Amino acid sequence: MNIIKAVKLAYEYKRYGEDGQVEETLRAVDGVDLDVKKGDFVAILGHNGSGKSTLAKQINALLVPTEGTLYVDGMDTKDPEKVWDIRQSAGMVFQNPDNQIIGSVVDEDVGFGPENMGIPTKEIWERVEESLRSVGMWEYRHSSPNKLSGGQKQRVAIAGVVAMHPKCIVLDEPTAMLDPVGRKDVIRTVRALNMVEDVTVVLITHYMEEVIYADKVIVMDDGKVVMQGTPGEIFSQVDTLKKYRLDVPQVTLLAYELKKAGLDLPAGILSIEELVDNLCQLKSNM
Amino acid sequence: MIRDITIGQYYPAESVIHRLDPRVKLVGTLTFIISLFLHRSFLMYLVAAVFLTIVIKASKVPFRFMIKGLKAIMVLLLITVVFNMFLTPGTPFIRIWKLTLTVEGVKQAAFMAIRLAFLIVGSSVMTLTTTPNHLTDGMEKGLAPLNKLHVPVHEVSMIMSIALRFIPILLEETDKIMKAQEARGADFDSGNLIQKAKSLVPLLVPLFISAFRRANDLAMAMEARGYRGGEGRTKMKPLIYQKRDRMAYGVLLGYLAVMILVGRFAPF
Repeated sequence: MNIIKAVKLAYEYKRYGEDGQVEETLRAVDGVDLDVKKGDFVAILGHNGSGKSTLAKQINALLVPTEGTLYVDGMDTKDPEKVWDIRQSAGMVFQNPDNQIIGSVVDEDVGFGPENMGIPTKEIWERVEESLRSVGMWEYRHSSPNKLSGGQKQRVAIAGVVAMHPKCIVLDEPTAMLDPVGRKDVIRTVRALNMVEDVTVVLITHYMEEVIYADKVIVMDDGKVVMQGTPGEIFSQVDTLKKYRLDVPQVTLLAYELKKAGLDLPAGILSIEELVDNLCQLKSNM
Repeated sequence: MIRDITIGQYYPAESVIHRLDPRVKLVGTLTFIISLFLHRSFLMYLVAAVFLTIVIKASKVPFRFMIKGLKAIMVLLLITVVFNMFLTPGTPFIRIWKLTLTVEGVKQAAFMAIRLAFLIVGSSVMTLTTTPNHLTDGMEKGLAPLNKLHVPVHEVSMIMSIALRFIPILLEETDKIMKAQEARGADFDSGNLIQKAKSLVPLLVPLFISAFRRANDLAMAMEARGYRGGEGRTKMKPLIYQKRDRMAYGVLLGYLAVMILVGRFAPF
């Protein structure tokens, strides 16, 4: 079953003048069709202003589509009665770690979501422990979030969402404000959740290295989905990606240039090992 | 460095007073303050002093922390004492130049000084032994009956706890903006008071903008995690009265009774 299904989805931001008339409309998401299967790891790539954040906020019912429909776990996001159920089944992690932590102690923050859902106290504690352990932050449960690093804060934020037992987690550029170490930790956590707990992950990013583990990559530009496929398929089209002002991982680029220079390499090489293997094979064949 | 500041003046220690329910401490502080204003009798203040000393000893907070609060109101205390001494009409005691010191005045001044000092030390006991968050929790639960009068108790306490959480973040941000502006030649240190105040304006504008942006982000994050006000919400750390809290209420009641009796029948 598809956990997220979008049909001709569109969203318009409107700017109003002084008299309340519409002065300007900006179509941030424009006719997007999307299918995400349960347990998938989907990455959404796109240049700034390509509409990927707007799409993410629609999945969480923070924004309601202007046109088209979006189903999350079979529920229409336009239905006002379903809003809270949708937010529970599709949790969201935002970019700035400071601005999404509500509690002044780590465990209190993770308990915030379950508290809102009206879960009994005893079960809240069980959920808090289980989700803090799953992101590896259990030792920090009594700390103040202000004393954690960016990556740790972001993992606490992920735990806060996990504690609500969502079927799907949407991460809106969770690593944009982190250092390389924090970035690695967060991505590792997200992958573990996806593989171990079978949580559907929608990762929005513009770091290519984070995308190579995805089951499916979606490239957005100007509110539209312009490319869709496995990481290998997407990254084999280096020229098209450049057109959408996106970079490819360094290894892929190197392989691409080598291929252009006449070496017999397959398209869409994603990791260093893969390139090494292929080059060794070429050498032994010579 | 700026990350390590503590809000309020909480003194971490393991003591009975620290572990008491914040509601008990709130009610206790209020009772103590009221008891000071019941009657005027030195014997009564002696009882209050003994009670306060026992509580302070039990709280394991060093005495000098209690006195800290007094320093802040020293000037106020002195003014009150001086005015009371010289301006209360009654039997003259000593005459200095045009001012008359009266017996009643001295007595009145002493009462005022004791009351103010006890009031400050008494409330310090509460703020030193309770974290701000605990206090907010206590207020939310303790004032819950006001909900019937349409006082948004839950919202107010949520606002307070979020404010507490963001104070260090905003302080850090202020520090960052100041450094960024100093790097480009802004001067926050020289000039008189007015010039100094003026130099803060370019600091406040970006600070306010960023605070609003943060507020917007936070509101969205709270909504995304299913926050919809206090209704239907459960508590992760609910306040439940323990045996020690009930005992504390008993002690408090006993204290109040003694104070009333002493105030009534004390010879001086």
